Amino acid sequence: MSRSRVLAGAAILAVLTGTAVAQESIKIGVNEPLTGPFAASGTYVVNGARIAADEINGKGGILGKKIELVIEDNKSNPTEAAAVTEKLVTRDKVPVIMGAWGSSLTLASMPKLMEYQVPMLVETSSSGKITTSGNPYIFRISPPSSVEAAAFKPMVPKMTIKKVDFLVINNDWGRGAAEDFGKMLKSENIQVGLVETMDQSAQDMSAQLAKIKASDADTLMVTTAVEQLTLVLKQAAALGMKKQIITTGGSQNPDQLIAQAGTAANGTIHLATFAPWQPDSTPNPEAAKYFIGEWKKRGFDFPGVTESFRGYDGIRTIAAAIQKAGKPEPEAIRAAFWTVDVKGLNGDIKFQKQGPAGKESGQSVPNVYLIKIDDGKVVVPTM
Amino acid sequence: MSEFLQHIANTLILGGTYALLGIGLTLIFGIMRVVNFTHGELYTFGAYFVFLVVSVLGLNFLLALPVAIAAGLLLGAVIEFLLLRPMRDSDIDTTMLVMIGAMIVMQNSEQLIWGGVAKSVSTPFPETPLVIGPVSVSYLRVFVLAMALLLIAATYILINRTKLGKAMRATFQDRDTASLMGVNVQAIYTATFAIGSSLAAAGGALLGPAYVISPHMGDIASLKAFAIVILGGLGNITGATLGGFILALAEELGAGYVSSGYRDAMGFLIIIAVLLIKPTGLFARAERIG
Repeated sequence: MSRSRVLAGAAILAVLTGTAVAQESIKIGVNEPLTGPFAASGTYVVNGARIAADEINGKGGILGKKIELVIEDNKSNPTEAAAVTEKLVTRDKVPVIMGAWGSSLTLASMPKLMEYQVPMLVETSSSGKITTSGNPYIFRISPPSSVEAAAFKPMVPKMTIKKVDFLVINNDWGRGAAEDFGKMLKSENIQVGLVETMDQSAQDMSAQLAKIKASDADTLMVTTAVEQLTLVLKQAAALGMKKQIITTGGSQNPDQLIAQAGTAANGTIHLATFAPWQPDSTPNPEAAKYFIGEWKKRGFDFPGVTESFRGYDGIRTIAAAIQKAGKPEPEAIRAAFWTVDVKGLNGDIKFQKQGPAGKESGQSVPNVYLIKIDDGKVVVPTM
Repeated sequence: MSEFLQHIANTLILGGTYALLGIGLTLIFGIMRVVNFTHGELYTFGAYFVFLVVSVLGLNFLLALPVAIAAGLLLGAVIEFLLLRPMRDSDIDTTMLVMIGAMIVMQNSEQLIWGGVAKSVSTPFPETPLVIGPVSVSYLRVFVLAMALLLIAATYILINRTKLGKAMRATFQDRDTASLMGVNVQAIYTATFAIGSSLAAAGGALLGPAYVISPHMGDIASLKAFAIVILGGLGNITGATLGGFILALAEELGAGYVSSGYRDAMGFLIIIAVLLIKPTGLFARAERIG
């Protein structure tokens, strides 16, 4: 064999192995709001997801391959969320997706999962409908409103609540929360008064708050994301509202509230799904400390941790499912989700069956904490 | 009764805000006949500019206001010079597409520079509210209302009582004749767009601290502004002012006594009614044609 032939052969071999190496990554689709009203939250989740991917790849990846996040922006818009899901499956050929932050965004994506038979890990959404509508491709790690309400139930008698008004974002998330918490409160013999809504992009809620101020309820429960919550607290304070304010939904970012709503945040109570202020008292202190440390090392602002940890847990859960499946294929991953047991930052992630028999969705039950903002600081009241 | 008084107080506060959003747009959309899709982005620009001056440079909010308004004036002049001047004789659809493009570029630049996390600006006003009997309002919002009324009055005087205002009105009534009478038509176009832009920036500069500042804050602002301009009649400063207060009243009472789910629908119901009954807007005067 002549020398030039050997060289040519080596070159071809190099090209072949080159492509082989390039192909040796497992794609995971990420469908999050990176622009629009939920841009801040979606970006936090994506940054959390990146930390998980880097950690996994740093340890050699899964099934001997690196994982690669294919991140797409759903623009906080349900139509776009469905389009992104379709694009991730048909063009990027991802075998599994994480998404889509908001309940309406997730619900819009769900028919596409059925159509293409690709599983999706839901990291943030809390509408009950997501896991009860009979979509076997849904695996959720965030608590639905009913789980939040159930976790809050034993705390209710220890607080002074007689009658509750609701102010919720006008979408599946907010309306679902008002319904689930309302049901739970009624079972505790607490009256439910007004249920007011606000458009997801509304900036002025004074009209709703003036009506609530005039009601005879002693407590106001608010469900929305941090930006709108900041406005609600500021405007309630401007109206001189004296009611106890309790927020739900897990997207409150208490530190951001303190920074932006100032004294208006004092005295408010929040149902949170991760308590990074005391990493030692979280269910998995070591993982929590690693994540918080990595978050700070990357220069992200601390308030985002309460949102981004879900992206981190989501990708780790997906990686665990792919590992168990043994191959990056949608059906194998879907089946493997039922067997995962991941040490999440907010408790063990294991999926329970929910929804109509035969086509159940998976639901993990995380911890829910009650925190209070006192004098510009987050405190965890003992109950 | 006390709830009703609070709704009326809210209406005044919110109405001042809406009027401020409306007058900048009515100048550009109403007089120049340019559908200014960048209005909301100029509003956002004003808000971020105040954030830059107050939080990054550490200056006082009251000092930041005029700086932001001046910056809005300058940015408006640049947009007019670069985008609208070359399109002067093209049809309204072409200009509209160019402005939509400009809006997308501006909104995404804001997000690229500042990120998606909302910003807030501290002001020298106390956080405790001003309480008068059963009514409670924030000092900052009272200041915003006062400033809005001041800016509206200044704009009214500028258009109706000054030589520049007369030249503006002449130019948009009949460009060729105005030009023959010695009006520098190109300069008038730039000045009008710049003034309208500075009013949008003033709105953002005043309201950014009252709300939170985010890259998409201009979407809802421009939607309301278009509604107000249609309600008040194109190019009518008084109409835009009253339109702002009417929209605020409809939203307040709609949310307060009908259903908060239809709060934003109330304004549009009124607009549909106005368009059906008086399509030129509630306060439109007879227009001279030709």
